[in-house]
Amino acid sequence: MNAVQRQYEQEPRWKTSTIISMIFAFLFLVWSTTAIDFSNFTESGMKIAKNILLGIVQPNMDLLFNFTQQGVPYLLLETVAIAFLGTIVGSVLAIPLAFLSATTIVPKPVAYLVRLLLIVIRTIPAIIYGLLFIRVTGQGAFTGVLTMSFVSIGMLSKLYTDVIEELDHGVLEAMESAGCTTYEKIRFGVIPQLSALFVSIVIYRFDMNMRDAAVLGLVGAGGIGAPLIFAMNSHRWPEVGALLIGLIILILIIEWMSNRLRSKIIKGV
Amino acid sequence: MKLFGMKPSTVTLSNGKTVVMKRSQTPFVVLLLVVLTIAAGKLTGFNIVELFERLPALWVILEQLFNPNFAYASKLWIPLLDTIKMSFIGSALGALLALPMAYLASSNMISNRVVVSLSKFFLSVLRTLPTLIVASIATFILGLGTMAGTVAIFMFTIAYVGKLLYEQIENADMKAYDAMLSVGMTPLQSFRYAILPQVLPSYLSTALFSFEGNVRYASILGLVGAGGIGLMLNENIGWRNYSNVGMILLLLMVTVIVIETISETLRKKLI
Repeated sequence: MNAVQRQYEQEPRWKTSTIISMIFAFLFLVWSTTAIDFSNFTESGMKIAKNILLGIVQPNMDLLFNFTQQGVPYLLLETVAIAFLGTIVGSVLAIPLAFLSATTIVPKPVAYLVRLLLIVIRTIPAIIYGLLFIRVTGQGAFTGVLTMSFVSIGMLSKLYTDVIEELDHGVLEAMESAGCTTYEKIRFGVIPQLSALFVSIVIYRFDMNMRDAAVLGLVGAGGIGAPLIFAMNSHRWPEVGALLIGLIILILIIEWMSNRLRSKIIKGV
Repeated sequence: MKLFGMKPSTVTLSNGKTVVMKRSQTPFVVLLLVVLTIAAGKLTGFNIVELFERLPALWVILEQLFNPNFAYASKLWIPLLDTIKMSFIGSALGALLALPMAYLASSNMISNRVVVSLSKFFLSVLRTLPTLIVASIATFILGLGTMAGTVAIFMFTIAYVGKLLYEQIENADMKAYDAMLSVGMTPLQSFRYAILPQVLPSYLSTALFSFEGNVRYASILGLVGAGGIGLMLNENIGWRNYSNVGMILLLLMVTVIVIETISETLRKKLI
């Protein structure tokens, strides 16, 4: 037996477990194919598909470059404002919660309780909060801001907590032995360790909030979503095209800027 | 004026050496953020007083939400299973199609730069389109029901898995691939035997992760008529029947947590 063969014999065998998991996956897949159903796909569906494509290729240019409150630029600005303010409010509210769910700061039972709360907040999609908040503060951009703030808390706190738990205690011990006060320890020992990562997390969340804010209008919580759904329901496809193109360009620009900023903050390039 | 000085300050150390200390940009960034926050607050009509005035209405909703109507659960199983079906088949087919898309978008597999850039651009645009909007458009073409939701999830999964997969392929070790090419295998064969085994674990893991996220998305697609539990959610919020809403959310949460736990265990085994 040569070396190659010996190495080959040593390769782990996953045969049985692979076959079993594949059978399970296959059965699950077969069961779920019942969701596929072309019975409602008719001639008119084809026609609508053609109209949609035409509308997106030939968008309504007047709407795209209309600088009044009904135009695409203003709607996009409103969407960005909702996402921005929501992120800012959420990022502040998330800080105390993050400290409360860090096992290195508070007793374990408290930390796990706060974590459970955060999981609950995270599991529910943004638009459902939107629907609920509309019952409280009525339709409009303000409701959108409240929704975005609330939704952001879940993820931001979790990521903040990870950073807090990774905090390097050596620095703090060194400062204490050099005679620093509590304020000095926080100002020069804790904040510099946290700030860059926190800012990076917040920028990432802003990027995500942009996408959520874009659909919040569907339930009447301000931004570009409402005109989009109205245009769709009345089959004005060139308008849909104009709104979608504006939205896609904006989200791509924000994603690009967010990636640049974050790599600059974290890696310094 | 020292705070806003743009010039770096020079510090002379006790041994005579001079050190240049860069000015912090933090004051400018903070100022900019404050200005932007105020502007955004004006634009969106942010009103903290209104919020506190309306707070009692929120308590009424929350009180009912936390008293879920357990009898209602019997009506929820079918829409819930529809939601899971939609996300599973959509994620599976999407992940499958993501493989050829990612292959076309990898600059180390395809030498034609136009094809690579076009594929990458296509994936980015697809990823930007909000799932809810795609689902809404799909209901116009495919009619109301789970089919529209499946298509929306399918498209998002292609974009999401495709992007992560082409990044994996571009970072893969090319030595085995080059060796196979040099002994006369076709590029596709070399990809199959040299690159695919390298990216397969993370590919499957990404697909599972996207399935997890898709269950969450699928639960809201019913809002635009694309099937699943979202329809019941919309109806009950419309009727202000918040204890039913509470039941739906509870069920949804349990489902999401169960699926996340299973998928997390599987993903840990993969990597």
